[in-house]
Amino acid sequence: MSENLVTALSELKEKETLEIVQSRLDLGEDPLRILDETKEAMEVVGKRFEEGTYFIPDLVYSGEILQAVSEMVKPKMTKEDERKRLGKFIIGTVKGDIHDIGKNIVTFMLDVNGFEVHDLGIDVPVEKFIEKIKATNAPVVGLSGFLTLAFDAMKETINAIENAGLRDKVNIIIGGGNINEDIRNYTGADAYGVDAMAAVAYANKVMAS
Amino acid sequence: MAEKINKVQENLEAWCSPPLEFPSKEAEQGYKERTRRIADAILLRKPDRIPCVPMWEFFYAKYGGYTCQEAMYDAKKAEEAVVKAVIELQPDGFQPPIFFMTGPVLEAYDSKDVLWPGHGLSKDQAHQFVEGEYMKADEYEAFINDPSDFILRYYLPRVSGNLKALAMTVPIRNCFAYFMNFGGWAPFGSPDGLKALDIIKNLSKASLEYVTWLVSVIGKLVMMGYPPWTASLTEAPFDVVGDTLRGTKGIMLDMYRQPDVLKQACEKFVGIMADYTIASAQAAGNHPIVFVPLHKGTAATRDGKGGFMSLDQFQEFYWPTLRKLMLILIDNGFVPNLLIEGDYTSRLDIIKDVPPGTCIYHFEHIDIHKAKKVLGERVCIRGCVPIHLMTLGTPDEVRAAAKEQIDVLGEGGGYIMDTTMASEQVKPENMKALIDFTKEYGIYK
Repeated sequence: MSENLVTALSELKEKETLEIVQSRLDLGEDPLRILDETKEAMEVVGKRFEEGTYFIPDLVYSGEILQAVSEMVKPKMTKEDERKRLGKFIIGTVKGDIHDIGKNIVTFMLDVNGFEVHDLGIDVPVEKFIEKIKATNAPVVGLSGFLTLAFDAMKETINAIENAGLRDKVNIIIGGGNINEDIRNYTGADAYGVDAMAAVAYANKVMAS
Repeated sequence: MAEKINKVQENLEAWCSPPLEFPSKEAEQGYKERTRRIADAILLRKPDRIPCVPMWEFFYAKYGGYTCQEAMYDAKKAEEAVVKAVIELQPDGFQPPIFFMTGPVLEAYDSKDVLWPGHGLSKDQAHQFVEGEYMKADEYEAFINDPSDFILRYYLPRVSGNLKALAMTVPIRNCFAYFMNFGGWAPFGSPDGLKALDIIKNLSKASLEYVTWLVSVIGKLVMMGYPPWTASLTEAPFDVVGDTLRGTKGIMLDMYRQPDVLKQACEKFVGIMADYTIASAQAAGNHPIVFVPLHKGTAATRDGKGGFMSLDQFQEFYWPTLRKLMLILIDNGFVPNLLIEGDYTSRLDIIKDVPPGTCIYHFEHIDIHKAKKVLGERVCIRGCVPIHLMTLGTPDEVRAAAKEQIDVLGEGGGYIMDTTMASEQVKPENMKALIDFTKEYGIYK
């Protein structure tokens, strides 16, 4: 039974997944056990994305199915799901840029991989990043941007973090359409990533140190 | 297949010898040399030298010393900026400034799907598209059944703050036989209906003013000897559905939950986009090159991993209707110029399947060696000087990148120099370096 749920969800079988969850809830099973298995399934999804057999649509679809499962399970929960989180990660699309597809994928992959993600959304002014760093003490900040204007906005954001005296407290990774080593150097970020897994790998590295 | 090439060839020849009275011999010669250079590259021949056709858009504003906002509202400044950049930098084909002077149009319909300077963006920023689920998951049938009605009564009320009242009207197909007309128009006579008609009147006037401005600026530059590189714009059917109607998340879920209706909608848009594109190209004197920016079919990386769809999905959902649209355009003598965003290295073997000498593929990220090898005998390649060098780099870095492109992609002809995309942040000195270097180094011996 437990294999079925992991397989059904990781193979993106929506109907089958929801049927399995419903029948197990009907039998009075502990909802936390079901959630644990969905977590396992999402790890498979993440791994396949990393390996290159799954693509963004697969992530989006698995996320949709997962959300439907959560909505079914939630009313049966007696206490809050206290999943252990690996660490905090602040993310946002920098000021002036309203693109969010890439940022959302990174957020999703970080979440699936167990990080506590604080997503500030799009067109994020520098002050919002600073407030969030102060409020959460997150060790990693991800700056996203698709347009070329984002290069300057990233640089300004990082400068502002520096001026606020917070630069030593955070590790900053940037990512987006045309981000590369030149842009990393220009903006003063610590790292850049070309895909969502780069952010996960970087976060893991930072949290381990 | 030979016939298809001939139709494109015929149209390109006509473009190179336009029935126009130029004010001077120099202008006429300049125009003919420039169009010939581009036409030869498309036909996979060696021109006298590599044509340089940079995508500009809001770069014009920066070059002219104006804000993006001024370019979208001030006819005089917008024209001055465009003319200044073209006559000073002298590209072989110039970018028609299709986003300039669109402020009044966007205001007239109170656009909800575009942010522009003064409306959600600072005055120095180019417009940005706001994606949304403007067609719901269960509305495919309504769209496929009657696209015009869907656009009028569902789509427009959602993307326009001023046209909400259209949602309250009736399908125009209900005003058909004489007896249907008796009461059929009544909904448009209601206070809301009349308001919507007023908005349409204002929108139509703004739209005509925009077109008149654009045609006049392009006409002036043509008379100075500079051809626009395109005069029509279309999209891949999958992108029309994904960008304009369903949004990224929506269309991705549709690939799993309702693949058949998604494909039907894409098929429907082959005809709609072909008719629209051919009509606009014909209205522009049969300008041969059609601009086709591609969005949602790309891989993220060179090895094909992690992108907007898998290679299988690309072959199932994206490429078939795009290719169909391209072949209709080609059959009618038009050259699809694909602006391929993302990295298509993993898709080269699929997209090479077009008649030789009929298409331009403009790449953003690509393995240029592989691209030349796979496409060299079939498709004219355009690009691919990295945009970050244009915005942040030095003229020397730009020249070095341009040299690499020319050495690899320019080999044997079939190549047009350009950057990987347009940006209003490009430094003028870098653009000048790119064009001047191509003119010196890009000569075929």
